[in-house]
Amino acid sequence: MPFNVLVLTCLAYVAFLFLVAFVVERRAARGEMGFLRSPMVYTLSLSIYCTAWTFYGAVGYAARSGLEFLTIYLGPTLVFVGWWWVLRKLVRIGRRQRVTSIADLISSRYGKSNLLGVLVTVIAVVAATPYIALQLQSVTLSFGVFASATPENWAMPNRDATAIWVAAGLALFTIVFGTRNLDAKEQHHGIVIAIAVEAVVKLVALLAVGIFVVWGLGGGPAAMIERIGSFQSETWQLQPSRWAGLIFLSAAAVITLPRMFQVMVVENVDEAHLARASWAFPLYLFLMSLFILPIAVVGLDRMPADTNPDMLVLTLPLAEGQGGLAMLAFLGGFSSATSMVIVETIALATMVSNHIVMPAWLWLRPTAALSGDLRRGILLARRLSIMGVLALGLAYFRLSGGSAALASIGLIAFAGMAQVLPALLGGIFWRGGTKLGAGLGLSFGVVVWAYTLLLPSFGAGALISVAVFEQGLFGIGWLRPQALFGTTGMDPLIHSIFWSLALNSAAYAVGSLLSFPDPVERIQGAAFVNAFDDEAQAERLGWAHGQAEPEALLNMAQRILGEEVAISFFEAEAGAQGKAGYLPDLTPTFLAGLERRLAGSVGAATAHAMISQLFGRATVTVEDLLAVANETAQIMEYSAKLEDQQAELSRTARQLREVNEKLTQLSVQKDAFLSQISHELRTPMTSIRAFSEILTEGSLPTTTVAEYGSIIHDEAKRLTRLLDDLLDLSVLENGSVQLDLGQANLGVLIDRALAAASQTRSERAFDIQRDYSAEAIFLHTDADRLVQVFINLVSNARKYCDAAAPVLRISVRQKGGRVVVDFIDNGLGIAKASQGLIFEKFARLANESREKGAGLGLSICREVMASLGGTVTYLPGQRGAAFRVTVPLRLEKPLGPESL
Amino acid sequence: MRRPRPPLFLARAVYRKRRLRDAARLLPLLGFVLLLLPLLWGQGFGAGRMVAYVFAIWLLLIVLAAYLAPGLASAEAAAGAEEDAP
Repeated sequence: MPFNVLVLTCLAYVAFLFLVAFVVERRAARGEMGFLRSPMVYTLSLSIYCTAWTFYGAVGYAARSGLEFLTIYLGPTLVFVGWWWVLRKLVRIGRRQRVTSIADLISSRYGKSNLLGVLVTVIAVVAATPYIALQLQSVTLSFGVFASATPENWAMPNRDATAIWVAAGLALFTIVFGTRNLDAKEQHHGIVIAIAVEAVVKLVALLAVGIFVVWGLGGGPAAMIERIGSFQSETWQLQPSRWAGLIFLSAAAVITLPRMFQVMVVENVDEAHLARASWAFPLYLFLMSLFILPIAVVGLDRMPADTNPDMLVLTLPLAEGQGGLAMLAFLGGFSSATSMVIVETIALATMVSNHIVMPAWLWLRPTAALSGDLRRGILLARRLSIMGVLALGLAYFRLSGGSAALASIGLIAFAGMAQVLPALLGGIFWRGGTKLGAGLGLSFGVVVWAYTLLLPSFGAGALISVAVFEQGLFGIGWLRPQALFGTTGMDPLIHSIFWSLALNSAAYAVGSLLSFPDPVERIQGAAFVNAFDDEAQAERLGWAHGQAEPEALLNMAQRILGEEVAISFFEAEAGAQGKAGYLPDLTPTFLAGLERRLAGSVGAATAHAMISQLFGRATVTVEDLLAVANETAQIMEYSAKLEDQQAELSRTARQLREVNEKLTQLSVQKDAFLSQISHELRTPMTSIRAFSEILTEGSLPTTTVAEYGSIIHDEAKRLTRLLDDLLDLSVLENGSVQLDLGQANLGVLIDRALAAASQTRSERAFDIQRDYSAEAIFLHTDADRLVQVFINLVSNARKYCDAAAPVLRISVRQKGGRVVVDFIDNGLGIAKASQGLIFEKFARLANESREKGAGLGLSICREVMASLGGTVTYLPGQRGAAFRVTVPLRLEKPLGPESL
Repeated sequence: MRRPRPPLFLARAVYRKRRLRDAARLLPLLGFVLLLLPLLWGQGFGAGRMVAYVFAIWLLLIVLAAYLAPGLASAEAAAGAEEDAP
């Protein structure tokens, strides 16, 4: 077989894969998923578990250790057969929480801790890099096999060059189909189909080689079993610890390997597919491993002793002259390697860009998050990550020289990824698992794994010195890399798996038990552990997922966008789909458009949460809720600001209005006062003028002159009193009164007041009731002013009390630091409507005998009491007019600005 | 809201579905035990028969899983609500 034919075939095959992926992407974009959504495709895509390690390496593994290679496939078989335990829950959680990678799952479970995401990403990259190198190595090796076998002796141009070309081609394919769009679910339909095609190719190729070997060279199945039974080899002994340990390890790996997680959880389009895969995938593994041992046994028999057993699948048909079969086998191996690298790279690139590159970028440029257009940034990060991951693999391949046996690299990678298992299983089954526990467990596990397995794998003296190997770290015997704590009896691989996972789990448990999770973590923990419960709850409550009718959407959109806008939007969408009426089909395009429209009104996160709640099966995650809360908070903050401003404005307006009212009132009062005062002044002035005019005419009898003179005198006195009162009032109101403070006996003050007031209507005999013992109180106040108030009140009572036998009761009480003096008569009292008016200036009640005084008395009383630090009020409900005077026992500081 | 008390005895179909789930849970344990059995056989048994045994067990697991899967898938779709409490 000419080498260039091989290269051409290879290129044609790659072109075919491109075409398949391209066509499928086109169809998926148009929403025609069809066969893409079949469980068959899902099962076949899972076959990336079988990498070039399986295709070439399993034969080599079998040639070296016999039956043991089966453990790598028995573990996944048990996991898939027992899908009801773990896988079902993982897939459910992955779909509901829109998990994009295993790092995302761990970080999301433990409260979106990006630190954990970074940790898992680093583990995955460290574990996967040798594995990717291994795939590149297998492709170059297989090219090499053909090159050396060609009759024309086509010399391989360069081993490294081949690897670079293969890596570049893979990078191109992965970037083209892996970063085409940025879907929240990270599904890549084109790639899944390409993998499924490759899965068929590798299965057919291996079966073809196997059938050729068993029936063409081995003489049938029975003879083959005979041959295997009689095959004698020292290394074929079954080691119990390795047998059990490796079954466990591969079971752990199939759950935790990034590429398996990608196809199993992230690319899953329907949970029901898992049921089919539960037996179909083990069947695939079964068929893949069926002919491994025969190929190994026959190959060891027939080929020269120095043949690389890892390449037997290729070299055996070539040696037997089956060029076509060898070509098929080559394509099978090529498929295994490329599909693994593509998916692994996508999975790793997703993790690296989501957990390392983007956070770092946003941290460096916080403004980028606000500009909104992160999509291009994320895609760029994704593409750079893909190239970075592949470059790492290539670098490892070139540095390591590609010498190590394939199987050992695969197992090291498995053991590395298995470190995620405790945090993963703990996360989905135990609500008590916390961020600290997961971080501790992962760190412990990785350190132990690196120290006991990864670093020693480079050989004694390479990265770990021989001294450390023999005497342990720092000379501590218990820390020997392959005999931790003195456990010398174990196989190195099993030793590493045992100690790394044991310490990992212990650290996880202890860390979780001793720490307390934050709220997001607790919510996420409950959502993960009870992934099935809330669904059950929701169904019981009658919420159905994924059953949004266009009508319901229209209803919702109307409420948010407004009737007109929503209806015209729906109508336009329906028109675009070629439908009449207002209800378009719920295509992804339409939903995306609707979500954008809604986002304009309620914010992107809210819109997404609403649409996915109505339409998708995905639940609203805590992150979504936080984003919604954030948006709402911003809106609320804005409206709160507006509200504040409005409140302030209305407060100012109210104050202005009040001031205005007061001013108007004052103006009215002033006018009323002026008219009152002019009236009050005019009345006596008129009579004085009239009588004095009469007097100036002369020739009046002396009695008349005396009478008129006394009238004039009286009126003049009244004028004087009025002016005195006015002066008094203005002095009091201005607060410019001078107080003459001193000790005074209350009883004496009342005596004085009664004596002075007895002048008023002295013809009436008042019965004064007093309690002299209560009156024996010494006050520190301005006695004259207080007496003035008392006089006023007593004379008011004398004036207005209309009882036949008038009684004035004066009661005195001490209350706190104040003295309360009540003046209560037994008259009719003052009508309720007038009680508020009596203290106003010139207030004189209707139906009153016109008395001397201008009606300023009570106003003056009020002002006097205010300057004495007390009050005078009308006391209702006493069966008569009652006034209460309250005065402090000690007026310490003279009030008023003048006295300061 | 109080959750409604589940009925004491289940209808026959529901009962069968639950036992189906139990079977699905037990299957990997059964497989693991059966696959560990060769370790106890000692060396006289021969690699050929051991290979035949392992592949036979493997096939048995696949057949059993295939037998259980349709029932489980439909049970999950139809009766997700009556997920039995652990």
